[in-house]
Amino acid sequence: MINQADTLFVLLSAAFVMLMTPGLAFFYGGMVRRKNILSVLMQCFVALCLLSLQWILFGYSLSFAPGNGFWGGFSWFGLNGVGSTPYAGYSATIPHQAFMVFQMMFAVITPALIIGAFAERMKFSAFLVFTLLWATFVYDPLCHWVWGEGGWLRNLGVLDFAGGIVVHTSAGIAALVTTIVIGKRKNLEHSPSPHNLPFVVLGTALLWFGWYGFNAGSALAVNGIAVNAFITTNTAAAAAGLSWAFLEWIRNGKPTVFGIVTGSIAGLATITPASGFVSPVSAILIGIAASIVCFIAVAVTKPRFGYDDSLDAFGVHGVGGILGTLLTGVLASKAINPLGANGLFYGNPKQLLIQLLAVAVAVTYTFLVTFGIYKLVDVFFRMRVSEKDELVGLDLTQHRERAYTILE
Amino acid sequence: MKLVIAIIQPYKLEEVKEELYNVEVNLITVSEVLGHGRQKGVTEVYRGSKETGNLLRKIRLEIAVNDNYLEPTIKAIVKGAKTGETGDGKIFVLDLKECIRIRTEERGTTAIG
Repeated sequence: MINQADTLFVLLSAAFVMLMTPGLAFFYGGMVRRKNILSVLMQCFVALCLLSLQWILFGYSLSFAPGNGFWGGFSWFGLNGVGSTPYAGYSATIPHQAFMVFQMMFAVITPALIIGAFAERMKFSAFLVFTLLWATFVYDPLCHWVWGEGGWLRNLGVLDFAGGIVVHTSAGIAALVTTIVIGKRKNLEHSPSPHNLPFVVLGTALLWFGWYGFNAGSALAVNGIAVNAFITTNTAAAAAGLSWAFLEWIRNGKPTVFGIVTGSIAGLATITPASGFVSPVSAILIGIAASIVCFIAVAVTKPRFGYDDSLDAFGVHGVGGILGTLLTGVLASKAINPLGANGLFYGNPKQLLIQLLAVAVAVTYTFLVTFGIYKLVDVFFRMRVSEKDELVGLDLTQHRERAYTILE
Repeated sequence: MKLVIAIIQPYKLEEVKEELYNVEVNLITVSEVLGHGRQKGVTEVYRGSKETGNLLRKIRLEIAVNDNYLEPTIKAIVKGAKTGETGDGKIFVLDLKECIRIRTEERGTTAIG
């Protein structure tokens, strides 16, 4: 039985989440040097185009068709059988296609998140192939395991409301792998300052806005769980942004704009798996934990290990996603969402173990398969641009365009 | 005292700076300029980007040096900026009449370094 309010809500949420990919483009684009901003915008935009098609043709089927515990199979190839009647396995009150298109936007933004790790040095052709393969062999299977009907992690009872494992852990670990394998950017004795911080702020605002669709929309219905997810999302972002600014104030002497927005994104990534299962007060704790742990990852651990995760895709999304997934196992409560489970603090330590297992599985799988895909594409396309192209900048060498002029 | 003005490829700035530091020339002024010489607007670097017109983006360096630093400075710029292709740029050397450090009002060769 189709509910019109639910359908409208999910379609609008899909549109919100679509806007997050261009938002991410500006969030990342503002951070790179100005000779590379177009390359980042282009990579995000082409991910939107490419993965929209992949999803319609076979991505949705691989992820959500009722195949077996490990993959969805091809029974919904080309949306065969995915129509306007509801599919009760996912939602009984909205057209199946509405669920499909909502999930499409998740499939688009997840590979786009990885861009932050190898920004300013990956060849465009290689990026296209890598992204298509990664979506197909990492995102689609993981998505099926956690969210798909019959998925083996879902059957174990793992809680991932809107993508702490599927989206943020997977993209974050892929970011860590690619940044290590591709190597550091040239001529960087110190990390360059962002060329356009206002763009970073604009991007954050768009992401924060879109995240309401991402998290509240994941309730797939206009109900109390959606409202709770909306509130926890906003609360965690606020708590994380504020506490990151204070952390900087204490440690570095001044609170920065770059810091408060980075903290907000860390809070948003961390609350994602928990948003539909925890209370607003728990969301404050999650937000504060997000900023402390991600701050350490970005400001202490990264310099110590010396990898060049250009825009902190791992430090913010990967670390935040893993932390949020584990905290879901601690703070989830059936009083908030009767369809969920209780966490450690509500008398169910087993849930934390399930969350831990799911994270370990997602990290291991993503790490190995991403490494394999990278090496494969590298053989045929060479992932990294030539040294000269890197020095000149990707905008001119990959796209023959530049973002800014001096005179008219 | 001499004033060295160099026009170089933008992507060579880091290497030129590195070479200048190596010969202990630390005081430079950098600006972004447009111009063209023999390249007629299309270089190997900006290949195909005719849309930008015939003015190319370059970096201009100004370095004031005492006479004994002149040759090391020139050599460092050449070493950092040379690729052997059209568009590598030019170095101009001018006599410098006077130099005043504003903070101390020192003049001449003591004010330069």
